[in-house]
Amino acid sequence: MRRVRQFAWLLLALVTLASLGAGLWAPADYAMQFREAPNFPPSHQHLLGTDELGRDRFSRVLYGSRVSLLMAPAAALLSTLLATLVGGVAGYLGGWWERAAMAATDLFLSMPWLFLLLAVRAMLPLNVSPITSIAVTFLLLGLLGWAASARVLCAGARGLRDSDFVLQARACGLSGPRLLAIHVMPNLRPALLAQFWISIPVFIISEANLGILGLGVSEPLPSWGGLLRELESFTSFGFEAWKLVPLVLLVLVVSSFQVILSRDEVYA
Amino acid sequence: MRKLARHLAAMAAVVLVGGLLSATLVRLAPGFGADEQQLDSRLSSESIEALRQARARDRNIPGFYLHYLGRSLRGDLGESRTLNRPVRQLLAERLPVTARLVGAGLLAGWFCAVLLALGATMARKPACDLFATLVAGVFLSVPAAVLALLFVFASAPAYLVIALAVFPKVFSYTRNLLARSYGLPHLVTAYAKGLGPLRLLVWHVLPVAGTQLLAVAGISVSIALGAAIPVEALCGIAGVGQLAWQAALGRDLPLLVNLTGLVTVITLAANWGAELAGQGLGMRTA
Amino acid sequence: MRRGSLALLLFFWLSLAAAFGQSGGELRFYLHSEPKTFDPLLVADDASETIRYLTGGVLVRVNRRTQQAEPELATSWTISRDGRSITFNLREHTYYSDGTPFSAEDVAYTIQRLMDPALHSPTADSFRSGPGTLRTHVDSPTRITITFPAPVAGLDKLFDQVAVVSSRSANKKRAVLGPFYVADYKPGSYVLLRRNPNYWRRDATGRPLPYLDTVRLGIQPNRDIEMMNFRRGQIDLINWLDSEYFDRLAGLAPAVVHDAGPGLESEQMWFNQVANAPIPAYKREWFRSTNFRRAVSEAINRADLVRVVYGGHAQPAAGPVSPANKLWFNTKLRAPVYDPTGALRLLQRDGFRLEGASLRDREGHAVEFSIVTNAGNKARERMATMIQQDLGKIGITMHVVTLDFASLIERITESYNYEGALLGTANTDLDPNAQMNLWLSSAENHQWNPRQRSPETAWEADIDRLMKEQASSLEPAKRKACFDRVQEIVVEQQPFIYLVNKNVLSAVASSVANASPVVLRPQTYWNIETLSVRVQTASKH
Repeated sequence: MRRVRQFAWLLLALVTLASLGAGLWAPADYAMQFREAPNFPPSHQHLLGTDELGRDRFSRVLYGSRVSLLMAPAAALLSTLLATLVGGVAGYLGGWWERAAMAATDLFLSMPWLFLLLAVRAMLPLNVSPITSIAVTFLLLGLLGWAASARVLCAGARGLRDSDFVLQARACGLSGPRLLAIHVMPNLRPALLAQFWISIPVFIISEANLGILGLGVSEPLPSWGGLLRELESFTSFGFEAWKLVPLVLLVLVVSSFQVILSRDEVYA
Repeated sequence: MRKLARHLAAMAAVVLVGGLLSATLVRLAPGFGADEQQLDSRLSSESIEALRQARARDRNIPGFYLHYLGRSLRGDLGESRTLNRPVRQLLAERLPVTARLVGAGLLAGWFCAVLLALGATMARKPACDLFATLVAGVFLSVPAAVLALLFVFASAPAYLVIALAVFPKVFSYTRNLLARSYGLPHLVTAYAKGLGPLRLLVWHVLPVAGTQLLAVAGISVSIALGAAIPVEALCGIAGVGQLAWQAALGRDLPLLVNLTGLVTVITLAANWGAELAGQGLGMRTA
Repeated sequence: MRRGSLALLLFFWLSLAAAFGQSGGELRFYLHSEPKTFDPLLVADDASETIRYLTGGVLVRVNRRTQQAEPELATSWTISRDGRSITFNLREHTYYSDGTPFSAEDVAYTIQRLMDPALHSPTADSFRSGPGTLRTHVDSPTRITITFPAPVAGLDKLFDQVAVVSSRSANKKRAVLGPFYVADYKPGSYVLLRRNPNYWRRDATGRPLPYLDTVRLGIQPNRDIEMMNFRRGQIDLINWLDSEYFDRLAGLAPAVVHDAGPGLESEQMWFNQVANAPIPAYKREWFRSTNFRRAVSEAINRADLVRVVYGGHAQPAAGPVSPANKLWFNTKLRAPVYDPTGALRLLQRDGFRLEGASLRDREGHAVEFSIVTNAGNKARERMATMIQQDLGKIGITMHVVTLDFASLIERITESYNYEGALLGTANTDLDPNAQMNLWLSSAENHQWNPRQRSPETAWEADIDRLMKEQASSLEPAKRKACFDRVQEIVVEQQPFIYLVNKNVLSAVASSVANASPVVLRPQTYWNIETLSVRVQTASKH
């Protein structure tokens, strides 16, 4: 497992380096349209072929990694922290606090947040810079993606609240916040890591879907989510394996995160 | 009994608040009151104005909501603006379709997730864990739209798409919770002393991880409902998910308020049911 | 001898039947949305329009191939010299699907309902030529005169959209005069149409039409699934095919795809010229400059749009009218030539200059604007991205913003909070009168600057005058001349920058006989009465 973890680190490092140095490695600008060669298969000039507008796919995958690799984990971290704050604290406090927080969480899960996103888009200027649009998008995803996990964390914190070692720590004079931070939260790691791991690909894909609302990454800037949307069509059901490269990369990156983050307690 | 009554009262309050909030969100979102007929160049100014006036009735949200509550007490849930049909009729037609889809999807998703998670943790082999992680990672990374198209192409049942949307998320929580439980000192001791894997699982692992697993069961209902929207919309399944998507695009206020109420009730019932089950089974966390 | 004669007769009859189409069978295709109404007078969406076409009996039918008006339930008609009255002689011995006889009373009833001020539909508004009351006079059971308050140009062809409803049937919604009636409707799933046993039309051998027993209209919004199911033989036709799918299908089964040539639809972009729009004043000045608009138009490579986005299944648009509209297209017009150098020269006339890679106006503002278009329309998204690159070559920075349709409509019709837009026009009517609410400066749909109290530019005043002139004239030549001039002004001033006219692409299974797709809607089933399905087994394409 240690070797696997090393490989995972190496893969993440490679992908990160490749994306940061996209300007060096990419054979063409991500927006450059080779209009004489749309939907071409891989060649020595275009390693992963070209898309429907003749843009080099390999370059777009490299540049797209920047957005997805940097922003999705950041948004995932935000949603995990929020879930911890709401769910973990509510479960620890218990009683009325817990009931109110969980009712609010369930309400949050049921709301049609699409309309909030539409309202946010309406408030932003149409000429918003790509960086602002991307940042706002992932911030919103992070702010809206915590509710499900909060429930699980609340259940965990509730159980830990009355456990022996917590009672012992309390008896030793440990105050609420310290107790929460030192004894309760670390024991919620499994759910926290699960939330973080799930959120990364979900946010990458969601970012692309938010394009329908005018948020997300706008043309011609690429993102993995946007590249994956190419697969959402019957015309992509041909034997064009090169179109699956963003999907394969995403799977490898997501799996690498899981391997790195999980502790092999089972294998002690 | 008192506890149940309290839960029901709280549920009713949450649903009421949820309905008002969702109505407000819809009303404040851009495009409310817009109708694509306005772009029809054959329509006169008077007709376009009449279209606007027809939608203007819904602009006063408190008035709309009070009127809606009064009607709903008589069983009238209003009329869909986009489909021109009573909401009650629409829900009656489509709810069973979604219930079957989501129900079957949840069962199948949980089955796959638990099987894989147990395999990954009980086998105690890094290769098994890695394989399970990769499988879950693949389905987490494939957009629901692509899965839906693939399944339609293969003439496979749509509930499997829901299952594949639910399974990696449930797997992730389940795997981590089980792995954590298996790593606890008293369990390692029990295993070393020769306790069988099944006894270990049923008597020692599940009670520890159970509370959170039940919570995962509760939220998996929301996950499945969320997945139902793109699956039904893409596969052309006439369920509540497709209705929700059409209602959202058309800013259909009566329909959206009712759908939010429905989703809130289901979410609350699922999560509180999980909580009560956990309390009833007397589960604990180490 | 007698047996031989009988056999010969039978053989002859069977041969004719084969020649004219096999009887029976079910035609299957998809609607892309739920029909909003079955009332033919309230139709405003595509799905409802399909049902109206298949079930409604009309007085006059525009032949989708020849684009000429032909007798239908009216055997003949005359229009008065002042263009205000039309007298129809109606077909005798005609009955609704429920057996109720058809007469002039039904026409009068239909027209009165249509012209009810409370009824707001595109069909009704097409007839509203001016203030005043409409009068109907039933001369006899088979003759009726309708008098409008003001002249209506192209009056007869308008009746192609009016399905005559019954005034006497017990179930008015179900009684129809068209080839089919609605037999079953499962919301979200399908609409089943059954042959009208009382349909008046017969084929050349005297056999009752339609040939088909039923038409099953599945409800399927997803085009990918539609394509898949067509390939599996689960549906028999696709009325409108994307160019990508067309090419893929053509590679697999060339015989089933049809390219009928340029259709009536166009794609265009425009700039927001509304005086009180919440956009910077200096941008509004750019958008109001004819040179600026013409420069943008010349900087767009339409040939590339046609080739890359539509795979060659389109042509560069010359102006507001497609060449498919044989009667009204101004043949003198040509699509703008791609000329970035010429575009820069035009911009220089207005004080724009290139500073490095950025174009700036005379006050030093970098020329930068956004274009909104509706999300989910891949062709438009791609066109917008290509235009972004084209304009980048002359130093213009263009942002592409895709929005959901409701938000888009709100911006372009209510808040005017946008800078440029890229949308399409779906012209269902050939006559320019159907576009009055587009070209009149006071109209709601005068997209670039609607609801003007008085025309803000001389050329818009010219367009107003010409459109009113052609609307009030009954001489075809004069109307043509007026509308030709309107088209020329639009091309000179470029309030709409027309990009392409898309070809009409469709797919029809080989099992469907007598299909001959055309450019006018409904492209593939316009001659539904004479379509038949040869073999009722699922065949793959």
